[in-house]
Amino acid sequence: MTAATAAATQRAWAAAGAVADPELRVVTIADLGILRHVAVDADGVTVTITPTYTGCPAMDAIRADIRRALAAAGYPRARVETVLDPAWSTDDMTAAARDKLAAAGVAPPAARGAGPVPLTLAARCPRCGSPDTEVLSRFGSTACKALHRCRACAEPFDHFKPL
Amino acid sequence: MSRPGLFDYLLALGDDALVTAQRLGEWYASSPAMEEDIALANIALDQLGAARLLLSYAAEVPDTALPARTGGPLPVAARPLDEDALAYRRDDRQFRNALLTELPHGDFAHVVTRLLLLAAYQVPLYDRLAAADDPRLAAIAAKTRKEVAYHLDHAATWVRRLGDGTAESHGRAQAAVDALWPYTHELFAPLAGGPIDPATLRADWERTVTAVLAEATLARPADGWAPGGGRDGLHTEHLSYLLAEMQSLHRAHPGARW
Repeated sequence: MTAATAAATQRAWAAAGAVADPELRVVTIADLGILRHVAVDADGVTVTITPTYTGCPAMDAIRADIRRALAAAGYPRARVETVLDPAWSTDDMTAAARDKLAAAGVAPPAARGAGPVPLTLAARCPRCGSPDTEVLSRFGSTACKALHRCRACAEPFDHFKPL
Repeated sequence: MSRPGLFDYLLALGDDALVTAQRLGEWYASSPAMEEDIALANIALDQLGAARLLLSYAAEVPDTALPARTGGPLPVAARPLDEDALAYRRDDRQFRNALLTELPHGDFAHVVTRLLLLAAYQVPLYDRLAAADDPRLAAIAAKTRKEVAYHLDHAATWVRRLGDGTAESHGRAQAAVDALWPYTHELFAPLAGGPIDPATLRADWERTVTAVLAEATLARPADGWAPGGGRDGLHTEHLSYLLAEMQSLHRAHPGARW
């Protein structure tokens, strides 16, 4: 890779990676770890992303937002490809993403490590910090979140489910 | 990958997910609580996501590997194949879903019991497929297995709550288990073209389901009548009505997009 290509790739990565998740506007697709690869060549830019959930309805909006962001950054010819392997995990989120989610009132997922999905129900209240919370529904406002309520401060809150 | 029968195998798995998504969607705004509406819609969305991946893969299986199917060839107009052509342009005889998934919904106990019986099969199915010697299918399964684990958990929670609840909820849950049980046998019938034998999933399924039924104080029905035919395109009349509703827009306006 030439120095010019490397610099162009870095710029394209920065532009694509800054796209906000349409359903969780406080985090970017780079924060979430769903941006997998960015390649710049003579034909333009190829961006590779992976879905959080197979049926995630935000994918089309994310693809469109990536193309728009790259066009604005000087890359009008951008293709967005989708890969499944390796399957996305909440462990792919950056530490910054967890902090941003918590600051926005969404309890971040616990690290899950390898193996089967742990169905732990404990989530700390993002508002008052109490661990005394209960699940209202395992499926919240989007596929990736569960709805909880804090028994200490009585506020309901979203919890990003470990996956 | 183009094993003989792969196309039909992918249709079987994809159609199970697609028909399940459509049935769950019917319950939107009819659940006991708004949270449950959202939960069932989210589960439907996961199943739809799995269906899209599986049918997209099926659409790319080379024509030469397409076997003669009971339901006859796909309409010429449906070519070239893609996920939409497979979902919206096939007739009932060309669907390969298990009968369990197409039965019309009764009450809420019926909804969550069916989901339990199906998810308890999909969890070991996708677990095994994730390690299969077919990279594309393995990648799909590695993704979907994490989602169906939540479906199973959700359904099991409800079945326990209804079974071990009031006399009314117990009676309804037992009636749902009794009504659906015969249709579970088809899930484990031989299915050509896939990397695993469905019969080998039965022990896992049985362990999961009997444990939940026991906690729910529900009786495991005796095995007897075992209706089948869905994998060969021989369905109940209920699928035809479901497809009529699901496909009407696409058939009236071919290629329609949002």
